[in-house]
Amino acid sequence: MNPKRQQIYEALKAQGLSPEQEDKILAELHDSGDHDIPETPAENEVRLPLQVQNIYDYHDLSVLQSVPRPRISYDLCMRSIDDLLEQDKQREKDGFPRKIRVGRLIKPGKGGKDKVVVVPSTVEEKFIHDSIRPPEEGEGTGGSGEGEEGEVIGEEPVRPEGGAGAGPGQGEGGPHEMESSAYDLGKILTEKFELPNLKDKGKKRSLTRYTYDMTDKHRGFGQILDKKATMRRILETNITLGNVPDVSDIDPTKFLISPADKIYRILSREKDYESQAMVFFLRDYSGSMSGKPTELVVSQHVLIYSWLLYQYEKQVESRFILHDTDAKEVPDFYTYYNSKVAGGTKVASAFKLVNEIVNKENLIQDYNIYVFHGTDGDDWDTEGTEAVPEIKKMLTYTSRVGITIAEHGTGSGGSEVEKYLKKSGLLTEKPDLIRLDVMGKDADEPRLIEGIKKLIS
Amino acid sequence: MELIDQHTKKIMEGCKDRARDMGLRFQDETLEYIVTNRDLLELSPKVMIPTLYDYWVHDVEVLKEKGKYELYPGNPYETVINTRPAISFYNDNNPDWLNVMIFYHVIGHIDFFQNNLFFRHTWDYDFTGQALSDKRLIARLRAEKGRWVDYVIEFSRGIDNLVGYYDELSAFHLPPATSESKRLDFYFDVFLQSEKKLNTTEYVKEIERYNECLREYGDMGEKTFFGEVEIKYPEFDAVFKKSLEKKSEHRRDLLQYLMEHSDFLNKEENKWMKSVMQVVRKTSLFFQPQIRTKIMNEGWASYWHETLFMNDDRIRGHEVDFARINAGVTSMPRVGLNPYALGMRLFYYLEELGDKGKYSFEFRKVLDEHQREQFDAEAGKGKELIFKVRENFSDFLFINTLADQDFVTKNNLFVVGQRLNEQKMVWEYYVRSRKAEDYRRMLLDALYHPPYIEVNTKKNLGKTLYLVHNFEEKPLVKEFVANTMMGIEYLWGWPVQLETSEVMSISPPKGPQEEYKEPEVKWQRVVYIMENKKLTRKII
Repeated sequence: MNPKRQQIYEALKAQGLSPEQEDKILAELHDSGDHDIPETPAENEVRLPLQVQNIYDYHDLSVLQSVPRPRISYDLCMRSIDDLLEQDKQREKDGFPRKIRVGRLIKPGKGGKDKVVVVPSTVEEKFIHDSIRPPEEGEGTGGSGEGEEGEVIGEEPVRPEGGAGAGPGQGEGGPHEMESSAYDLGKILTEKFELPNLKDKGKKRSLTRYTYDMTDKHRGFGQILDKKATMRRILETNITLGNVPDVSDIDPTKFLISPADKIYRILSREKDYESQAMVFFLRDYSGSMSGKPTELVVSQHVLIYSWLLYQYEKQVESRFILHDTDAKEVPDFYTYYNSKVAGGTKVASAFKLVNEIVNKENLIQDYNIYVFHGTDGDDWDTEGTEAVPEIKKMLTYTSRVGITIAEHGTGSGGSEVEKYLKKSGLLTEKPDLIRLDVMGKDADEPRLIEGIKKLIS
Repeated sequence: MELIDQHTKKIMEGCKDRARDMGLRFQDETLEYIVTNRDLLELSPKVMIPTLYDYWVHDVEVLKEKGKYELYPGNPYETVINTRPAISFYNDNNPDWLNVMIFYHVIGHIDFFQNNLFFRHTWDYDFTGQALSDKRLIARLRAEKGRWVDYVIEFSRGIDNLVGYYDELSAFHLPPATSESKRLDFYFDVFLQSEKKLNTTEYVKEIERYNECLREYGDMGEKTFFGEVEIKYPEFDAVFKKSLEKKSEHRRDLLQYLMEHSDFLNKEENKWMKSVMQVVRKTSLFFQPQIRTKIMNEGWASYWHETLFMNDDRIRGHEVDFARINAGVTSMPRVGLNPYALGMRLFYYLEELGDKGKYSFEFRKVLDEHQREQFDAEAGKGKELIFKVRENFSDFLFINTLADQDFVTKNNLFVVGQRLNEQKMVWEYYVRSRKAEDYRRMLLDALYHPPYIEVNTKKNLGKTLYLVHNFEEKPLVKEFVANTMMGIEYLWGWPVQLETSEVMSISPPKGPQEEYKEPEVKWQRVVYIMENKKLTRKII
């Protein structure tokens, strides 16, 4: 058992805890996991299928001839995606809502050779029946064999066990590949977000994308002949050659003209812009984050990160911070994305670290600072006595703080983080600076994008 | 795609001969193709119909987690399709003995397609040919009208699950017209019973009077009979005439109704849209029977591949290989439903009932369990019975009639429940019930069943189209309502309303934890209104 966690726990206990809170804390306290990046996904992990096969899931080709379901090659999709998006834009112009969804992360392949890829997808909507069932009772299905009525014949964990599922990305190929696929993802995110509250800071005025202009000059070839510059150049050459006997009486018809003397204007990329924004990604990787909440939080952060990479052409600097009871900064998104969950929860530690970094590196002067934090809402610091002052401090300099809570859905009346944030009144006092997005653990991609809009709009 | 080689084709023809000897009936011609993974990629979005029309959704990964088969009733990985000649698809490297088994399975399907009455409307034409001409039509329209063709396809597909499949079928099975006059039929069948609500004695008296008129006046009998009717019910003639007018109006599904009555579609410049809608509707109708006979169809094919394979002298020495594959296909899963296994067992069970004469009133009268078990009238009608059922039943009838307690007990079947154990944080799978009644209901609930939505012409206010979703204790998927209605509004040209039922609250069943009870559901009726692409909801 981690002695430091034990210490915190005892201090908290002395202040008094409700039994429910104590349970949560104890669960994390006795968790002996670590934050390693998983080497390969656990292969021996066997789970019962959650969705039992329906009668319509059986097909002759697969059952009789064991022909696998054909998989659409994703390169193919990427090629047609521009057309699809173009078509979707046209749809909007024609007055119908968009239909293509992108940014879905799927991981094909087996034996740990998973990769993060992106496909366009859509739904065909019809009037169809929905199933109604209470959350604690699943749908019935068929079975055969022995067993008395009421007898339990199998179990399936609600949350995936152990460290698995904790490293949701498990991108092979390492950090570099992660970057490039995230960049592609950003490219096809149809929603074009804008960073809010951008202010002029530092040397350059604005943070924009590259522009192209005819500013550069080039000898020999180019788009437009710069006549004045060319004339000057020709004259220089002729003087050097001694072809100009009298400078006061120049006869241009006698000039010798070398092709290299022609000066052209050439289209060039303006790239003299400086980074103006710094985005902090904060993730709770405590034990309670196991499974779905982590998946949701990192998926959302992947989307934000991808979008930043693309929209601001890597001009935005990103920093990554992971926290349980302690916070630490990690060097890249890959580590941020893949670290396993374990340990207790103190949200304040992460905010404190951000404040420290900002102070030490004097970032306020040159950067617009954005902070995105993802958690499941559990916090050992149940009243937010440490977290709220840190947030307040942070709000004095940030352009926006976006907090995502992916709830387990077990507690009632919202999670601790949600409660103390609401209680502090910061959300209503400074709606421009701090936003909160609470989603259920069954949120899907569109919901995530919806969340981003909420956080940064 | 290329055809199978001559050697394999010969095997297939041998299979056909043996199948015919056992009583299966199907057309001589069939086509067998070898498919590669690449072919499948193109075929599966087109529901294995190579000539189906192009549509951009076919090129996109479609999210189908929600309502998978309700949205896509066509079977995307079927081996054999219901065309003339029937086309089937094969892996390149199947060994001969496996091909024999698959061929028998395929022949089972072909026999089913060509004899089951729920496929009646597909018998008179070749769907691939039809689809090809539709594909050309759509391609031509697309060249003229561009993306608007795809919008019309999209909106029509949005309601293509509401096609009046049974109405279409019933046109093939209308009872022959009686020799009696319509007037007489109407008088006795409708007028006296529903309008005048006569009691039985009066009704019988009236029949007696009719018979007397016939006896007394011969050919003039009917006329004399109605002479008196006119005096007794002077309004009869008017009512009868009105009924004739009404009769000429057939029941129309939503697509048909829109095509006939939409102002928008009947504008000269929009008339082409109706041909697109026709294509979508026809295609949908074609796939309807397939999903409604999944258990029967797979059961029938499995029954025959097993029976015929074991009697085939050509495959001696491969019995073990066969047994292994066959067990994989037709074994009952511990948890889950396998249509091959279930359907096949139901056919075996039915055959046994027929052989022992248990499919009879005599047997039903026997209540004693021991006697029921021993019952054997040596009727030997098993084969006859299964052929009859394969001709006349669909999945619903099949299960509702045959999945009785004897069947459930015999095959050790039960309903599996899933429940959350909060202490252990696990989903528990448990034996919920071994009662046939529950098992049957679970099966029936799992069957394909599109919502029953019709146009209510009485409630059409002004230009508004009023749709009614008839209550069957099932709500609609809410997030799909808006876009589907937007499509209908586009095709209709005016606002659209949909009346449906929604769950107000679900309270968990009261009673002890161990015993499973259905939760109590409170319902409310709501109306969705789609006007200018905006959806509003109103509780009524």
